[in-house]
Amino acid sequence: MSTETIKVPVKVKEPKERLFSSANKKLLRDPLNDSNPITVQVLGICSALAVTVQMKPSIVMALSVVVVCAFSNLVISTLRNVIPNRIRIIVQLVVVAALVILVDQVLKAFVYDVSKQLSVFVGLIITNCIIMGRLEAFAMANKPWPSFLDGIGNGLGYGLILVAVSAVRELFGSGKLMGFQVAPDSFYKAGYFNNGMAILPPMALIIVGIFIWIQRSKNTKLIEPN
Amino acid sequence: MEHVNIFIKAVFIENMIFAYFLGMCSYLAISKTVKNAVGLGMAVIFVLGVSVPVCYLMENYLLKPGAMSWLSASFADVDLSFLSFIMFIAIIAAIVQLVEMIVEKFAPALYGALGIFLPLIAVNCSILGGALFMQDREYATLGEATTFGLGSGVGWFLAIVAIAAIREKIRYSNVPAPLRGLGITFIITGLMGIAFMMFMGVAL
Repeated sequence: MSTETIKVPVKVKEPKERLFSSANKKLLRDPLNDSNPITVQVLGICSALAVTVQMKPSIVMALSVVVVCAFSNLVISTLRNVIPNRIRIIVQLVVVAALVILVDQVLKAFVYDVSKQLSVFVGLIITNCIIMGRLEAFAMANKPWPSFLDGIGNGLGYGLILVAVSAVRELFGSGKLMGFQVAPDSFYKAGYFNNGMAILPPMALIIVGIFIWIQRSKNTKLIEPN
Repeated sequence: MEHVNIFIKAVFIENMIFAYFLGMCSYLAISKTVKNAVGLGMAVIFVLGVSVPVCYLMENYLLKPGAMSWLSASFADVDLSFLSFIMFIAIIAAIVQLVEMIVEKFAPALYGALGIFLPLIAVNCSILGGALFMQDREYATLGEATTFGLGSGVGWFLAIVAIAAIREKIRYSNVPAPLRGLGITFIITGLMGIAFMMFMGVAL
């Protein structure tokens, strides 16, 4: 009887990265604060100024941006090895434009009045720099799943600022929140006026500036060295 | 005279930054030094000056209802205006890619400094905004559309150079630390926007 054992080549299974590993969670969490697209990366300001007069359109806008950003990141990241470098911008824009047309049609079908209110700004998601910025900076160099998460995270970070700014502007500009009257009539009788300035675009800039101030005084590592 | 009117209007009264707040992202991010601001401003003038007339030709000979009648009378009732978004953005992206290649070849230092914001001119809302305003205002001739494109480019150029100069100076003043850099720039731009509101309603 031979005691020789047959050597079986042991297959070492490569540890598969879990779907929500800590690195992936970081991709979702960072854009909410440490690398917020609006207040830190300075992307997507134009639409943030234009749609934040009221809360409802800005929530719809934020959701649309989350969807477009996540799926364009996914598509471009899947295609990243076959896109020729010279014409990458055009390829990216075509993918984004197709997704935006989809979102536009869905909005028109299900929330028609909000879609009317947003008018051209849904179309202008194509030129929202968050989408292009994340495609260039992340999706072109990373695998599909992390890119997808990065898209969702950045969309949410954008939405957070959008909703916060619009809450301030709607509250002070027209005394309402989500379309409901908040400032009571007795205020107006006592001589309170809606601040007409809050509805104008320059005020949106100043409010975003103040948000940056608040964020950086809490999160001191973001302070610029001057 | 008409051209002068359109130019002045595009530069001051309907300034892309202060009146419509278009193209803010690159405006805020590249305005740290006057040198880079001038470089990006020139690129924007060039892209707007080229893409607006090209979009004008596209609009009038391809997209407008009945614009294709120069091909044959049977196309007289074809309306392709629903394609304008995607056509305009494709033209702009192509021109931006061209500019990127030129800058990379002839001014590598500027190319390094502009970084991600050079390809982002393609999605600079002021460019697509310029093309859409051109479509909206129905300029009579190609010349007028070109003047409008150049004028809005110059307006954008002036705005970014102005804020860059202010930011270079403000470095020596005592801004609260969390407000330094981006925060104070937002607030200054807001104040400049309020100042530019005085041009509203000036009729030329």
